[in-house]
Amino acid sequence: MSEPSRRDFIYIAAGAAAAAGGALTLWPFIDQMNPAADTLALASTEVDLSQVTEGQQITVMWRGKPVFVRHRTPAEIEEARSVDVSGLRDPATDQERLVPLSGGEYQPQFLIMVGICTHLGCVPLGNRSGDYDGWFCPCHGSHYDTAGRIRKGPAPKNLEVPGYEYLSDTVVKIG
Amino acid sequence: MSGPSTYEPKTGIEKWLDSRLPIVRFSQDTMINFPTPKNLNYWYTFGGILSLILVVQIVTGIVLAMHYVAHVDYAFESVQRIRRDVPWGWMIQYIHANGASMFFLAVYLHMFRGLYYGSYKAPREILWILGVVIFLLMMATAFMGYVLPWGQMSYWGAVVITNLFGALPIIGETITTWLWGGFSVDNPTLNRFFSLHYLLPFAIAGVVALHVWALHVPGNNNPTGVSVKSGKDTVPFHPYYTVKDGFALLLFFILFAVFVFYMPDILGHADNYIPADPLVTPSHIVPEWYFLPFYAILRAIPDKLMGVLAMFASIGVLFILPWLDTSRVRSMRYRPVMRWFFLIFVGACLLLGYCGGQNPEGWVLHASRLATVYYFAYFLLILPIVGLIETPKPRPASIADSIHGDRGKPRSDTAATPAPAE
Ligand code: HEM
Ligand code: FES
Repeated sequence: MSEPSRRDFIYIAAGAAAAAGGALTLWPFIDQMNPAADTLALASTEVDLSQVTEGQQITVMWRGKPVFVRHRTPAEIEEARSVDVSGLRDPATDQERLVPLSGGEYQPQFLIMVGICTHLGCVPLGNRSGDYDGWFCPCHGSHYDTAGRIRKGPAPKNLEVPGYEYLSDTVVKIG
Repeated sequence: MSGPSTYEPKTGIEKWLDSRLPIVRFSQDTMINFPTPKNLNYWYTFGGILSLILVVQIVTGIVLAMHYVAHVDYAFESVQRIRRDVPWGWMIQYIHANGASMFFLAVYLHMFRGLYYGSYKAPREILWILGVVIFLLMMATAFMGYVLPWGQMSYWGAVVITNLFGALPIIGETITTWLWGGFSVDNPTLNRFFSLHYLLPFAIAGVVALHVWALHVPGNNNPTGVSVKSGKDTVPFHPYYTVKDGFALLLFFILFAVFVFYMPDILGHADNYIPADPLVTPSHIVPEWYFLPFYAILRAIPDKLMGVLAMFASIGVLFILPWLDTSRVRSMRYRPVMRWFFLIFVGACLLLGYCGGQNPEGWVLHASRLATVYYFAYFLLILPIVGLIETPKPRPASIADSIHGDRGKPRSDTAATPAPAE
């Protein structure tokens, strides 16, 4: 091979400039598909928990997704707590699936989760369904327990707990 | 076969045009005089049929787009309006909806034909790969088109398929959010799907042009798999194959018309007559029939990521197929062992299609696992191994010989002992 010439340098520099410029130009055309500012702005929803009686579940919409708010019975809470966490696919204690009040104490009867199966996104059926008395996704057969943890079926993760905070004992702000 | 052009401009205007834009010469060479093996059977007519269905989809699609409204609040209503109120809308909408099914029916037959006659082997690897690219684009187009009417199956199909990308580690969620343009399948998703559904068929048309170009360099393969040796093996494309293709096209379009006019909804799903509801998942989500085999592969595997990877791999493997088949013999007519494996392969694909429509439980789950294993084994084990150990039957010396006699003269490069070819 001969010594690189000034012309080689110009070729490489011009090619590199064109490649970098091309990549930079491409970015806006890719990024435009990400959520727009108005979509991002629809961020939070408030829920009044006093409407939800024991054993009942309501579904509220948050960012276009269903969110389950379940008022669990003591038996359901007991069932969720008696599980050996280490054997779970996505280990989490019942308490780790809850958010405390501003004072730090928990209201274990209220379970709030995104109602979307972590497999491929169907809405699981509630009212103590499935083999673990929690939720059952009919799409490909995922079973969730009374804490919304995945127990059986193809889903890889527990039902997602959205970011939320207690504004008072009975009002929750999701998002 | 691209050989020297046989076109001779006769009139003054033709000569004038030929030295400026030789478009008449191009058409003559590719569609009229093009030397074509004389033994092509009806399995070879699906390419022409596919080209015409693409035109039908584009024409009916452009009409639908004049009346369709890509907004979550109006999409469902607008399709119902096309069916009820727009003059001839019912017919055009049903042609388009059933056209997608006809498209896949034809493409599957076209692909199995290629697998049987070894049309993916040298020198047609690029031709085959371009075909797989078209198949992928068709799948994307049909998927996004099915979302547009915004019924329950449209919506939940979109949810399940876009969530497949969420299975990818780390980047999964970023990708799904990017695909949706939000945090769930919603109006931005519908809008972009409409834009892409309009675009992709033209991309398909472009790749079809490359596909036909890649066909016209080596020329057609044929049922014997033996290459064209001389002019005795071929006939000009017109009138021989224009007529044969035309006849097959007529029969195929009669079938198409039977669906459109007598059972327009039989291939669809009743749930798609319910407007999309993000809060209620239908109890049994199924894709359109043409996606069922891939859906079965997805569900055969209990792990989300592995299921998704297997599904993509089932198409990915088609790209490397030309290098997996180790046999020098193209056509399975002369491959006594492989031919049986091929028939089982067709059976496995049909079984996967059946299983994809059922709940993945009990024997259905076992059957889909078995068929999935066979699907991959066919490409990754059977084709490479059988090609090495099988003794092919003697092939005819030429295409002309296979028709006009001189049978039994084995090709010099055949390892087998002389015996009458079929
Ligand atoms: C490769 C070719 C194409 C395929 C496979 C295809 C497939 C489909 C499918 C499966 C549907 C859903 C129909 C239903 O279930 O009701 C659909 C809808 C639609 N397509 Fe296409 N399409 C193609 C080309 C086009 C083109 C070129 C356009 C426009 C220029 C178009 C415009 C539309 C519109 C507006 C709808 C919504 C109305 C409806 O549902 O009928 N399509 N397409
Ligand atoms: S989406 Fe719930 S099991 Fe597949």
